[in-house]
Amino acid sequence: MLAKRIIPCLDVKDGQTVKGTNFVNLRQAGDPVALGRAYSEQGADELVFLDITASHEGRKTFTEMVQRVAAEVSIPFTVGGGISELKDVEKMLSAGADKVSINSAALRNPKLIDEIAYNFGSQVCVVAIDARLDENGWTCYLNGGRIPTERGLFEWAREANQRGAGEILFTSMNHDGVKAGFANDALARLAEDLTIPVIASGGAGSMEHFRDAFTVGHADAALAASVFHFGEIGIPELKEYLRSEKINVRL
Amino acid sequence: MKVAVVKYNAGNIYSVIHALQRLGVTPVLTDNPEELQKADKVLFPGQGEASNAMRYLREHNLDKVIRDLKNPILGICIGQQLMCRHSEEGNTDCLGIFDVDVLKFQPKKHEDKVPHMGWNQLENPTSELFKGFTEGEFVYFVHSFYVPVCENTIATTNYILPYSAALHKDNFYATQFHPEKSGSVGERIIKNFLEL
Repeated sequence: MLAKRIIPCLDVKDGQTVKGTNFVNLRQAGDPVALGRAYSEQGADELVFLDITASHEGRKTFTEMVQRVAAEVSIPFTVGGGISELKDVEKMLSAGADKVSINSAALRNPKLIDEIAYNFGSQVCVVAIDARLDENGWTCYLNGGRIPTERGLFEWAREANQRGAGEILFTSMNHDGVKAGFANDALARLAEDLTIPVIASGGAGSMEHFRDAFTVGHADAALAASVFHFGEIGIPELKEYLRSEKINVRL
Repeated sequence: MKVAVVKYNAGNIYSVIHALQRLGVTPVLTDNPEELQKADKVLFPGQGEASNAMRYLREHNLDKVIRDLKNPILGICIGQQLMCRHSEEGNTDCLGIFDVDVLKFQPKKHEDKVPHMGWNQLENPTSELFKGFTEGEFVYFVHSFYVPVCENTIATTNYILPYSAALHKDNFYATQFHPEKSGSVGERIIKNFLEL
């Protein structure tokens, strides 16, 4: 049976992980490659590396990091942040990334999804959506949640699906950082609406939250950052727990 | 040990090279017939579209070279599919090493998403490729087309239906999944292949 996936997400700036970490037995916690390898050895199913660098120099450093991840880590990984055109995608794939995640660039230029799918295959194209629930419903945001758009979460996700996205990575801005669980209602609706896998993001605080994202939200994968980075939840114990809750995960 | 990786127009070949390097092997990436014939082991990896890949192989005479190899060769993902008789992808005549046709997944219910992407389990692994394996090991898949169960099947996976996760005939081995992206389990498969 196809396993539900657990995905740690690493924010990278100038070649270093951003949030401080107290990862068990890891001497170079700031090195995204060492951290990625450690997660892989603990049983993470995939990794996501997000480049939050603005400078040109920093971008070059990120590409070098992607090459090192490809050389040292033996599980699939996605890279995102600052990918705005086809040649950025090509650069990341030739550096060894398995998938790229696009966010604002896809909202600004939806055809980018078609182009990535056509040139490299749908499986390469993860469309990340940051959305917030307010009185008007779920609204998509640009630039890391700073600029609201006219687009609604569900209609944009459906369009991305139709254009050839391989997966939707949905982050609920209401839930992100709150550690009170994922946006399970919205996740369940996405799972119902879409024909591609949905990755739940934003809100992980306990192991039960991961369970609920899978059982209530029907997510195909769950992504988290701080609970893993700060060692609040270990991936092996999380997977043992999910297995005990009858959720099929890779052990 | 001399290990060659078939150089052609498919994507993601470097992840196999990296996986070999992690095992201490430095492979040569080549489309030179003699180098492929002289290698102790050959890997035929990649992601791509069948008709484009076959056109490239024919134009470079690699179809004949691969078919006539006597040394152990491991096809991965599109490599496995190209080693079969025919593929529904682009209605393509393939290498015909395995006497079976590659079909497109037909979803039966909403949860049957295509491509089949992620970690799934190996069932009935019966080959030296899976030496030391127990039932149900997880490996990483990304594919929309599949090889039905046939006489060359050495492991199956169940997604929509049970199909061939791996094939073997004489010196030809193939996996639908990506051992190079399958963590320590995948590493063991590559190691087992190198030790054949």
